[in-house]
Order: sequence, then C-alpha cells, then structure tokens
Amino acid sequence: MSGNVTAVGSTAMQPLAEQAATQFMAKNPNVKVVVQGGGSGTGLTQVSQGAADIGNSDIFAEEKSGIDAAQLTDHQICVVGMAAVVNPDIKIDNLTKKQLVDIFTGKTTNWKDVGGPDQKIVLVNRPKASGTRATFKKYALDNAEEAAGIEEDSSGTVRKIIKETPGAIGYLALSYLDGSVKAVSLDGVAPTKENIVTGKFPVWAYMHSYTKGKPTGATEAFLNYMMSDEVQKNIVPQLGYIPGTEMKIVRGMDGIVKNK
Amino acid sequence: MKNNVAPGTFRLNSELPGRFLTMGAAILAIISVVTIVSFITVKGMSTFIINGVSVKEFLFSTKWWPDRLPEDGGPQVGVLVFIFGSIVIAMLAVLLSAPISIICAVFMAEIAPFGGQRFLQPSIELLAGIPSVVYGYIGLSLLVPFIRNNIGGMGFSILAGFLVLSIMIMPTIVSVLTDTLKSLPREYKEAALALGSTRWQSIYHVLIPAARSGLITGIVLGLARAFGEALAVQMVIGNMRKMPTSIMDPVITLTSAITMDMGNTPMGSLWNNALWSMGLFTLMMSCFFILVLRFVVRKGGVVR
Repeated sequence: MSGNVTAVGSTAMQPLAEQAATQFMAKNPNVKVVVQGGGSGTGLTQVSQGAADIGNSDIFAEEKSGIDAAQLTDHQICVVGMAAVVNPDIKIDNLTKKQLVDIFTGKTTNWKDVGGPDQKIVLVNRPKASGTRATFKKYALDNAEEAAGIEEDSSGTVRKIIKETPGAIGYLALSYLDGSVKAVSLDGVAPTKENIVTGKFPVWAYMHSYTKGKPTGATEAFLNYMMSDEVQKNIVPQLGYIPGTEMKIVRGMDGIVKNK
Repeated sequence: MKNNVAPGTFRLNSELPGRFLTMGAAILAIISVVTIVSFITVKGMSTFIINGVSVKEFLFSTKWWPDRLPEDGGPQVGVLVFIFGSIVIAMLAVLLSAPISIICAVFMAEIAPFGGQRFLQPSIELLAGIPSVVYGYIGLSLLVPFIRNNIGGMGFSILAGFLVLSIMIMPTIVSVLTDTLKSLPREYKEAALALGSTRWQSIYHVLIPAARSGLITGIVLGLARAFGEALAVQMVIGNMRKMPTSIMDPVITLTSAITMDMGNTPMGSLWNNALWSMGLFTLMMSCFFILVLRFVVRKGGVVR
C-alpha cells in the first residue's frame, strides 16, 4: 500500500492521531500520514473543502454552521473527557456549575469569592475554532457566552500558560493532563473515566474523524487501523482517551443521553 | 572574434537572453502583485458588498461576534479592537526603537566606524536574520514571566508585544540610516568642523538633519514591518478580544486575529469575509506607508 494521508483539526485528538500515525507508518513504510492541529473547526472546514483527507473534530459536523454535513462521513474513534483546569497553586478541588459559569462569564473575578485565595482570576480561552471550547461551553457552561480572556490556539500552550500564570483557569481535554495543572471536579463529580462512561460527568466529546464521502485507499486503511485493537486497546487508554466500546451511554448531537 | 562577427550581430545575440530574463522577472513580479492585490480586494470587499456590512461599522465598532446566532441579534464584525491593538503596538515599538537605532547608526557611521563596522553591524544584521518564531518563543519564555513577576499583570501584554517588536525592527532603521549617513558628502562634516563645531555639534546640527530622508525612510519601513508582523506578537500579547485599558493588559492585533481564525472559517461565510477585509485593511496600511515614503524621499532633497 502507498499514498499520502493528511489529517487536520482537533488538538484534543492530536496526540492520539500522531501516535497512531507513527505506528501506522512503521508498518506501512510507503504511506505518509501527516497530522496537524488547528482546532476542530479547521478540521471540518478543511475536509469539506477537500484540502485534507481527514478532518478531526470534537463536535458533530452538523453543529458547525457553514459546513455541509451531508457530504461528510463520520468515523467515531473514541471519547475524551474535558475539564476545567487551574493553576496548581489554587487550592480548590471542586466548583459548582454556577460558580464555573460565573467565572467564565466574568461575573466572578477573584478566587476568594469561590473559597480560594485572594487572587485575581485569569481566564485562558481557546479560539472559537476549538472543539474543546465548544464542548466545554455546551456541557459545562450551559452555553453561556464566555468573557474575553487570553486566547491561545493550541491546548499545549494553554497548559503552559495555566501552569505558569498565578490564578489562571482554562479547560483541557483529559489527554493533556500531565500533573503540571490541576483538573477540578464539577458539582462534586471528578473528571474520571468511571464517571464519564456512566454519564455522571457530563463534559466529554466523541472524537470524530470525518472524510468527504467514503474513505478509500490509504485513508481507509489508516481509519481502520485507528479502530483496530492495537490502537483501541493500547494507545487510546494510554493517552487518556476512552474507547467508544467502554461507554455505557450514547449521546446524540442534540446532547440527549441514552443508556446503551 | 572581432573579424568574424559584425558588431551589431554580436551585440544582439548576447543582449537578447538577458533582456528576456529581466523582462520576464519584471513581468512576473508585476503579475504577482496585481493578482494578490486584486484577489484580496475582491475577497475583502465582499463583507461590504455581499454581506452588506457598512464600512463605518466595520472600522469603528468594537463588537466582534462573527458567529452570533440570528435569534440573539445576528453576527457583528467590528474590528476596532484589532486595529487599535495593531496601531498601538507598532507605534510604541517605533517610539522605543527609533532613538536607540539612531544612536547605533551614528555610532557606526561617525563615532567608531571601525569598531562599529567590525562588531555592531554584524550583530545588528544577525538580529534581522533571526526568525520571528524564535523572537516569539524567547518573548514567551523569558519576557512574559519577567513582566509578570517584576512589573505585574499576567505578563501577556502590550508591553511584551512592543518590546519584542522594537528589537525586531531595529535592524531596518539602523541599516537605512547608516547607509544615508555614510553617503553624505564629506564636505558637510568638514565645513561644520571648520566653523568650529565640536564633533557632537556637527552630528546633531548638520549630519542628522541632512540624513533626514534616510531617517524617515527607516522609521516608516520599521513601522510597516511592525504593523505586519504576526507570529512573534501573537505569542506574547495574550490575544484578548477586548479594548485594553493599560499597557499591562493583553491585546489582540489584526494579524494575530487573522492567523487564529483563518483556518476555522468556511470560505464565503461572513466571518471568513471579515478576515479578508482585515487583510485588505493591513494591505492598505502598507500602501499608505509606501506612499508616505515616496513623498518623503522626493521631498527630502538635502541628500544628493
């Protein structure tokens, strides 16, 4: 087999796609898989314009305006949780949804108002292209419009800034947690795998790989590899994602959760 | 050779390829400029023509909600915050960089031509060769934490942005001004010294005024560079879409807003068109800078 595959989009999914691409290329030396970030919006836009073979996204194509979802084929690779993360010096382990909304809409501006130290809150956002931002806004903030904050276009930079800036809060996919920043619980529920698969922790997203029409050739082979046991049973859990098969619930693009 | 070939033939044969080559290069350059400018203009105007946004609202509104749903009042694309950010950062960078650059240029051309040429010039040329992502990364890793720990705020700020930029534009100003100072007729300096001026007086009263056009050229080129720089600035300014109230506040520029959103927006959407309009605006600013330059160079008749 030979050919080139370009996968663009979600930075929440990027570590998984990169790792899988490296292993796939080791097995198929004549295939070149290029993985790029840019955000879920970028992935959806690029794949529907034909500029990329695979568009990675944390949101359903139907949720993004200006995208013709009918011509895209959805491949759900796995699930990832997302959580509010704070600078490790903020000694807060739990926030209620109300507190979280007030923080992100700019109503609460000091940590002492939510039981923390007397320290100004620094908001770190992702751009609107980000699927992490869209998911967090929908399921953690009940669609409240975020106040203006620092904006960075990659999850890696967000983590670096939250780690270094006193009083910083942002949100990250759980695959980006490495101990340098602290994830906080929401309404007393910790963002753990157990709470996500049972539906107790609501902030999570399907990791979609979209193709324009049916995938063929190297693209199809790569997507099959992503769904193979080798990826699903090893790389997926190692990097902090959850295989779709372990989910006890399903959620439609309308956000309605059903038991499997 | 001189007997076998008629003078005219020889000349024609050797001249032709060179002529085609230069003509071809010139035409290629003109075609690319015309194509780029017309493409950006067509894309940039569609915000106003197709989406019906008024130019006034676009330029003077601070309300940037390109994705607001119709039931909440519909999208709005006012880019004043971005324009303000770009202008403030570029101007402050020039204000800081110009005096330092002038002093460096005088040092190199007049005070210590030998040492200047030997050490200062290569180091300043080296500054010009450092990629902007490296400037940005140094700014992000050293300058931002330094500002946060020693001055206050969160570090990501107008201050960090223009400090990084001022170093980036220094080579431009220094090299243009040094060349102008060096090309001044010797008689200017000699006449000033003969009239009893000290070295400082001859520099301050004669040479710098005489090099005025080079000085302004350097500054305008530096300003244009500062206005157009995207990457290094984006990494240190925090990109907050809100009017800053102090020099310690994060800010966002036209170029960083374009790079953050361009990939995300579907072609033909209002959001995408608005980004093109912002591109058109930066292009028009560059044209304006170039016009200023032409005007200054023509008027600055002191030199030559």
